[in-house]
Amino acid sequence: MIPVCRLEDLPEGESVRMETTPPIAVFRTDDGQLYAIDDTCTHQDASLSEGWLEGCLVECPLHAASFDLRTGRPTCLPARRSVRTHRVTVDDGVVHVHLTAQEGTAA
Amino acid sequence: MRTVTVVGASLSGLYAARELRAQGFDGRLVIVGDEPHRPYDRPPLSKDFLTGRAGEDHLLLADDEETTGLGAEWLLGTRARGLDARGRTVLLDGGRTVSTDGVVIATGASARRLPGGGPVGVHTLRTLDDARALRAELADGLRQVVVIGGGFIGAETASSCAALGHTVTVVEAAPLPLVPHLGAEMAAVCAALHRRGGVDLVTGTGVTGLRGTGCVTGVELSDGRTLPADIVIVGIGATPNTGWLVGSTLALHDGVLCDDGCVTALPQVVAVGDVARVGGSRAEHWTSATEQPRVAVANLLAGRTVETARSLPYFWSDQYGARIQFAGRRRDGDTVRLAEGELIDGAPADGGFLALYERDGRTTAVLSVDRPRPFTRARRELARGRSRAQPAAL
Repeated sequence: MIPVCRLEDLPEGESVRMETTPPIAVFRTDDGQLYAIDDTCTHQDASLSEGWLEGCLVECPLHAASFDLRTGRPTCLPARRSVRTHRVTVDDGVVHVHLTAQEGTAA
Repeated sequence: MRTVTVVGASLSGLYAARELRAQGFDGRLVIVGDEPHRPYDRPPLSKDFLTGRAGEDHLLLADDEETTGLGAEWLLGTRARGLDARGRTVLLDGGRTVSTDGVVIATGASARRLPGGGPVGVHTLRTLDDARALRAELADGLRQVVVIGGGFIGAETASSCAALGHTVTVVEAAPLPLVPHLGAEMAAVCAALHRRGGVDLVTGTGVTGLRGTGCVTGVELSDGRTLPADIVIVGIGATPNTGWLVGSTLALHDGVLCDDGCVTALPQVVAVGDVARVGGSRAEHWTSATEQPRVAVANLLAGRTVETARSLPYFWSDQYGARIQFAGRRRDGDTVRLAEGELIDGAPADGGFLALYERDGRTTAVLSVDRPRPFTRARRELARGRSRAQPAAL
């Protein structure tokens, strides 16, 4: 379990990148849901935390591959492989990420 | 339509094949590619592939499962030699032919070379084989590298060579590289990135010849100097691969002429990617090559132009640790406004910047260095046509 930031420091519609290995992106969607996925697009080297968030989808800032934050699955090309998803909790006002251990699809 | 032949097995050819199946074409699908390789992605060739960060397995555009799922006949290592006047027969190497009802032309472009070939050590960087050869030489001790041409391929290759520890000089014939893409003001800013990477940029200077009989030893410049060189990389642009279509009835002029929907004068022949001049303009952009096939295939299957492909031009370049992104249609005379970030000594500061090109109170294009989020926002606004200058969100 890794602390990320205080909940109020992650406004709705925003994201934060954790410098873990591999890096993880944590999103707070416009309706307040929290999601964490591996930050690096599975297509090419780009940070999804800098992507375009719309609903539960994040679009890669480089080639517009899109991932579903709930499942990690790509919803369009050029990405074909899923990103891992990680569980997120809020404890005493602090956002925590629980790392998913196994490699591969997390859906 | 019972048979469709896709001529070209790179990015846009593969995307066309995907679209044919996705849009319900269940007939015979033939894919002809002059390279022996399955479709691979070219942008990493000058970057992570050259530096050794990414291997060949990272370049593949389709895995085995998808390739099988396409149900195509792949004729790889096979060059198309001609298309008959009605566009119903594709002529291949060795006199073989493919009879077809529809054709997707996706033959791309080839790296322009210096006249007269060159000695050993002179490279272009367009194909996987080019990149393999260059990577092998770069791995063989520290060298003096001269890159001819300061465009995106030249700059990215120079950046990769410098990252590997080689001594690199870029020679650009124009007073500044990338002016047609970025305009003079921002071209100067991006040219300053070469300094960041410790690379010498020589501008306004042409190349008059190469020294060396067996192996290259130097590059002769128009100002009389000779730059010593063990490796020379020629990055002076690309020409569309239309030679095989000479003798067909298709109109060729710096590409295959098509309407806004990628359709040629023959309704059952469409063109996509670097080889296609769509509605009067030809883009050598990765994104165009992935977006045009959907429209081209829809029109091919409809038998006429029912959709057009006028998407917003977009390209990116990674060099010297910076990510440059550009979208839109700038024209000379647009004013450039730094909307975010700053420049230091005419070069991008560490946090990068976002610049907007403006004309008559409207944003025409956007350029960013290391600012992907605001860039994406501006790009989406441009694509939606909401391009007032000074948008509230910025």
